[in-house]
Amino acid sequence: MTSALPLVAVGMLLLATGLIGFYGLRISRTTSDFFVASRTVQPVWNASAISGEYLSAGTFLGLSGLVLLSGAEAFWFPVGYAAGYLLVLLFVAGPLRRSGAYTIPDFVQARLDSLAARRVTSVLVLVIGWLYVVPQLHGAALVITTVAPVPPWVGSVGVAAVVSAVVAAGGMRSVTFVQAFQFWVKLTALAIPVVFLLVVLGGQDLALDPAQVFPPEAGPRSYDTYTTASLLLALLLGTIGLPHVLVRFYTSPDGVSARWTTVVVIGMISVFYMVSSTMGLVARVVAPDLAAPGVADTVALVLPARLVPGLGGELLSALVIAGAFAAFLGTSSGLVVSLAGVVSQDLFGGTVRSFRWSAVACTLVPLAFALVTIPQGLVTSVGTVFVFAASALSPTILLGVWWRRLTARGAIAGMVVGSALCAGALLVTSALGPGDGLARSLLAQPAAWTIPLATATTVVVSLRDRRGPQPRTDRFLRRLHVPERAPER
Amino acid sequence: MSGPAFTGAVVGLVVGVFLTGALVLAWRLARGTRELGSDSERATFRTLHLASRAATHLRDGLEGDDVGRAARHLRALLGCDALAVVTADGVVALDGPATLRAEAERVGARTVGTGRRQVYGSREPSSGTSVQDAPLEAVGAPVLAGGAVAGAVVAFATRVRPPLVRATGEVAQWCAAQLELGELEASRTALAQAELRALRAQISPHFIYNSLGAIASFISTDPERARDLVLDFADFTRYSFRGRGDFTTLADELHSIHSYVELERARFGDRLTVTLQIAPESLSTVIPFLSVQPLVENAVRHGLEPREAGGTIVISARDEGTQTEITVEDDGVGMSPERLRALLASGSRATNVGLRNVDTRVRQLYGDQHALEIETNEGAGTLVRMRVPKSQPQHETEVSRP
Repeated sequence: MTSALPLVAVGMLLLATGLIGFYGLRISRTTSDFFVASRTVQPVWNASAISGEYLSAGTFLGLSGLVLLSGAEAFWFPVGYAAGYLLVLLFVAGPLRRSGAYTIPDFVQARLDSLAARRVTSVLVLVIGWLYVVPQLHGAALVITTVAPVPPWVGSVGVAAVVSAVVAAGGMRSVTFVQAFQFWVKLTALAIPVVFLLVVLGGQDLALDPAQVFPPEAGPRSYDTYTTASLLLALLLGTIGLPHVLVRFYTSPDGVSARWTTVVVIGMISVFYMVSSTMGLVARVVAPDLAAPGVADTVALVLPARLVPGLGGELLSALVIAGAFAAFLGTSSGLVVSLAGVVSQDLFGGTVRSFRWSAVACTLVPLAFALVTIPQGLVTSVGTVFVFAASALSPTILLGVWWRRLTARGAIAGMVVGSALCAGALLVTSALGPGDGLARSLLAQPAAWTIPLATATTVVVSLRDRRGPQPRTDRFLRRLHVPERAPER
Repeated sequence: MSGPAFTGAVVGLVVGVFLTGALVLAWRLARGTRELGSDSERATFRTLHLASRAATHLRDGLEGDDVGRAARHLRALLGCDALAVVTADGVVALDGPATLRAEAERVGARTVGTGRRQVYGSREPSSGTSVQDAPLEAVGAPVLAGGAVAGAVVAFATRVRPPLVRATGEVAQWCAAQLELGELEASRTALAQAELRALRAQISPHFIYNSLGAIASFISTDPERARDLVLDFADFTRYSFRGRGDFTTLADELHSIHSYVELERARFGDRLTVTLQIAPESLSTVIPFLSVQPLVENAVRHGLEPREAGGTIVISARDEGTQTEITVEDDGVGMSPERLRALLASGSRATNVGLRNVDTRVRQLYGDQHALEIETNEGAGTLVRMRVPKSQPQHETEVSRP
């Protein structure tokens, strides 16, 4: 695995990304091209961009690793990730697009007319974003050690450097097409090897034991009901609170197209999860020796070379590595752009210069976290971010869209309670280490009680708030919920 | 479930937040004890603080929702037992026991009616009642704003002494000043809106005349083209004269610019080339209605028209984090920076109206840091740059996409 092929693949990926980023503008030389150049982004492209940003290292490498480790119970993660977009589609995609807000803090400020609520939201968005970038950098460290004999920090630092340089240098001139391209890279980088593996395995006569793939004791039915329900709740609601999702919807011309975009996103990420899970299942049959924590996440990188000998295997590995880098770069740069936007707007009045400095700062913080912590299961660390986002931000966003009486004080109380409880529970869990029992389950998967508590706090404080909802609430809500005029002509 | 990754991250964050908080607190304390000041200085600080707190709640007028909170601060300011704000319609805010409402209304109505200060002493408490149950004495002072009595401030105390009477009068006067300030603010906003509306659509008569002339010249030679031009003219005027909406999206504005450019090209022929470089994510940005088209028109009229050979206009839009940057560049004659400064500063309505108009509007809407940036010099062409924030939840657009 020390050949130059992976380097070439990553180099080609970076080159293609750069080319699309810098020449992805639609340019018209004659006036007859005017309409082409000024046509808004089609839902399919925007959906590819959203999926490209959403499918992080956590799912690209981590999902197959988790399936390899724990079998069918790992399927709850892709189910939750994909279904999260169903809630986005049903409850927030259209209204948030119509709100005209660009980031979640923008939305909260416009909805509640409160600078304090905006500040609290900004802090939470920053925390969520940073926590989300950390697993990306861990993934990069993991890949680099698999590919070359270098220390793991090289990968994290490398990806962080590329991301902050690209974002700070004025960024991609056309982020949508870059992210869309990276989605297709990720999908093909997993789909082609999986097809090859299935073809190779199809020729052999394998004695397949279903119990090996779906061990009864680890099946969904025997999986602790509370833990599963709580995790699913977090994954479902967490997507709404992710900082880089709303930003992409801004590209859609109106609420209707934002909804269509979401529908396409659900289809695209479902296909991806199917491919990724298949990889894990194949590994469970042919490479059970990799099923150890910390190693399992490399299965997508190692498996092709194992099963397809010679140049073919190396090419496939190189493809997967390029896909993995697309995952790190896509998700991290999307997150860093959103976070830098929040920081520059809240602290420096949103100038272009401050945006660049913020971008660098927003990469350094998670890089520091990533360097002092040890990579564990990628899927679970991404899952933890979802738990936190679902407890801290999702109640406020959902109530902000759907409940008239929400007040700034209620929102602030809910966000503080939700994030504090969730962070506390997770900290206690990691301090105590692994263990069993109902109390431990409650602490390890806090979403099922933190989300209701945060929501209840928001509602109670809002109702008891003597100031009542801000005066322009009705007007703003009408704008969120009344569809745009039907297209003419 | 959660790995050490998360632990490390959260521990680091919590420790950081605590440290920052502790530092800020310590600093505040250190500064606070040093600069607390003498008793009279502190009394001044307290008074000013209460007054500024109350002021923000009075800006919406005595009919506003916040008057209740203003009353609370005013009571603290006067140090009286209860305080009511009364208008001709009755009590609008009462800070104190609800049993005083009738009394407050009576005193207030009398004060508003006479327009003069009223003091009501209590009758001697009848023999059976204790001191606490004794009726409070009241003083009412009129709020005279804009030459008319807007309402009255009524203060209650167990014993109304002359200082309280005088202070109540002062507070009422101060309230009047705040109300007048609020009205000033409101009329300033109204003026700005009126100005925006007046600035909005200014199709130049020259353009209409020239376009119709160009169309006329094609009617016999190239009827097909003449027909297209008439449609472009119709599209352009419909967009420019549309009734509602002060905002539009960049995509809509570009459609209108297309019609405009077609009409200009009918006159210029091949001498005018227009190139677009548009990042697709910038198309949904909300921009002030007719804010890019005047820039293009300016480039045509003042950059390219004076030149024999014509030239090229490049319209580009790109993503800049939380903003969208729109530039219009031409390789025409340009102008000296001094002349440009004079044009933008002067109130002359003869030339470059469009440029100044757009500059005024974006300044009013987004603040001075979003003013147009213009790079130009004699013979070096002109580049006009406009930065618009992407997030504009308060600005609604008319959706009119085909």
